[in-house]
Amino acid sequence: MRKILQPILAVALGLVLGLAATWLAGENPWHVLVILVRGAFGSREALGMTLFYSTPLIFTGLSVAVAFHAGLFNIGAEGQLTLGALAAAAVGAVWSGLPWPVAPALAGAAAVLAGTIWGVIPGWLRARRGSHEVINTIMLNLIASGLAGYVTLYLLKNPDSQNPETRPIGAGYAIHQFRTFGEAHVSTALPLALFVSALVWVLLWRTALGFEIRAVGQSESAARAAGIDVGKIRIIALATAGGLAGLVGVGEVLGNAGKFVMEFSPGYGFLGIAVALLGRNQPVGIVAAALLFGALHKGTRDLDLETEHITNELSLVLQALIILSVSAEGLWSWMKRRSPT
Amino acid sequence: MELDETTLSHMIAQLLASTLRVSTPLIFAALGGMFSERSGVINIALEGMMLVGAWGAAVGTLAAHSPWLGSACGIGAGMLLAVLYGLFVIRLRANQIVAGTAINMLALGLTPFLCKIFYDVTGSTPAIPIGERFQSAPLWLSWLLVAGCWLWLNHTPAGLRLNFAGEHPEALDAAGIRVNRVRWMAVLASGALAGMGGASLSVFLSSSFARNMTAGRGFMALAALIFGKWKPIPTALACLLFGFTEAVQIRLQGKGSIPVQFIQILPYVVTMLVLAGFVGRSRAPKALGTPFQRE
Repeated sequence: MRKILQPILAVALGLVLGLAATWLAGENPWHVLVILVRGAFGSREALGMTLFYSTPLIFTGLSVAVAFHAGLFNIGAEGQLTLGALAAAAVGAVWSGLPWPVAPALAGAAAVLAGTIWGVIPGWLRARRGSHEVINTIMLNLIASGLAGYVTLYLLKNPDSQNPETRPIGAGYAIHQFRTFGEAHVSTALPLALFVSALVWVLLWRTALGFEIRAVGQSESAARAAGIDVGKIRIIALATAGGLAGLVGVGEVLGNAGKFVMEFSPGYGFLGIAVALLGRNQPVGIVAAALLFGALHKGTRDLDLETEHITNELSLVLQALIILSVSAEGLWSWMKRRSPT
Repeated sequence: MELDETTLSHMIAQLLASTLRVSTPLIFAALGGMFSERSGVINIALEGMMLVGAWGAAVGTLAAHSPWLGSACGIGAGMLLAVLYGLFVIRLRANQIVAGTAINMLALGLTPFLCKIFYDVTGSTPAIPIGERFQSAPLWLSWLLVAGCWLWLNHTPAGLRLNFAGEHPEALDAAGIRVNRVRWMAVLASGALAGMGGASLSVFLSSSFARNMTAGRGFMALAALIFGKWKPIPTALACLLFGFTEAVQIRLQGKGSIPVQFIQILPYVVTMLVLAGFVGRSRAPKALGTPFQRE
């Protein structure tokens, strides 16, 4: 019971503080809350947009969680998803004639592969060279954004657009859109995210590899004593984390934009940390937390239009406050893991 | 374009001057990071502290018509965010990476929000008149600080205590000194310096605050700190090197033919190589990232 109650309390605290800020800005907090809820769930379209923003957050939340179970911090989901989306768009632009279903499968595989590579690098560096994954993943985020800029502006530039984006992908690459949600681009990426969440659960709690991952996260020395190759598990965990983040590219490129658009992500990778933390690193919790953050993102966009003083940056403030409220608790599980034996 | 000797030497001089200028915010922020990290507290919140510093300095300068008073506001804003960060990571022993990420998001969201409230403009402040901006003062100040930090760290008891808080907190505690008090001071200093770094961005290098104007410079300062092995003089030199790549980028921008992206990612690649021990070796303070709790 306490496990469910604490994240809910943290969310409530974050919301109260955030709404207090809107009051200081001269708005009626109740009015703000009504717009927020209506904006996120008020119509089929609104709900669709909420689901659209939640989908990438499920992938990045899972990504952070898998690494976390191995005792690693993946701050690199942002870079991994950038390269995943770029790879999907590159495949779609270069082999534009491929037919469905080969085309989306190939692009999806490219997205996973690109993310995986961006996860293997910090994994290998941690396991074999001992350099900390936090710094390396931060550096790799910045490197990914530079590489994406180069590919987008020099190699695959869209000649018909002034925006920094790649040439459009072929028609065979488009994945199914659920028409129920009107203009909102809810695609196969959403059921894919739910399916992958189930897979992650099976991986972590029903396979030998998952057991080893969690063993390494709980106690490195005990895992080593039990004969587990700690370095190898760390590489696998970060590789998996990278691949999961790379899957963001499927929804964004094949299910939405039809190309890679520079800086399309409003920080999905960093929000993944919040999603994993709030969801207690459990797939079910992650899906719920992703839904909440997706709703906040959509709701605050409406606030930008409908209120005088509030901009959509409020969502960042609300999310930051929620993370802070939950982190003082998130610490406990981390401490338990790290406590000297 | 014909390159004779005078234009070439003129170009090089310009490039060097530009390097010194754009390194200034990095030096302040990296020195800030050094205090916090050498005391044992990871500071990925540098980015956010710099951003509120840039905002505070722009607002302060616009209100007080003096870059000095404005910078004081920027330093204050950085310290205020540092108080929040310290509260979570030292007092509540929240995870430093998680709390740092949250602080960065808070700064990114709060600054444009406050601009809207203060000036009814989304995301930026009005321009600061040229007479009210710094001409070169932060540049000299940053190098004075590098020298000061070097002296302080290596030749004062307080500097020694800072080191022990990051390397052997138990020993410091056994000597009767409160580890967490040292860490609080270090985090506050970190906020002040990162705030000044932000101030030199908004009232020295440019003429207003703009949304997310730090654009990763806090992380770059962190990289310079690692590249400089957590020592003041090598760190400042790393900032110069990173500033040079930025200056080159600015010069090449709009030339079209040369992709600036490769120059842009160079500092990060080099930092990773250094951290991995391929080029020299950089070792973090032993207790970095570990909250201190008395037995």
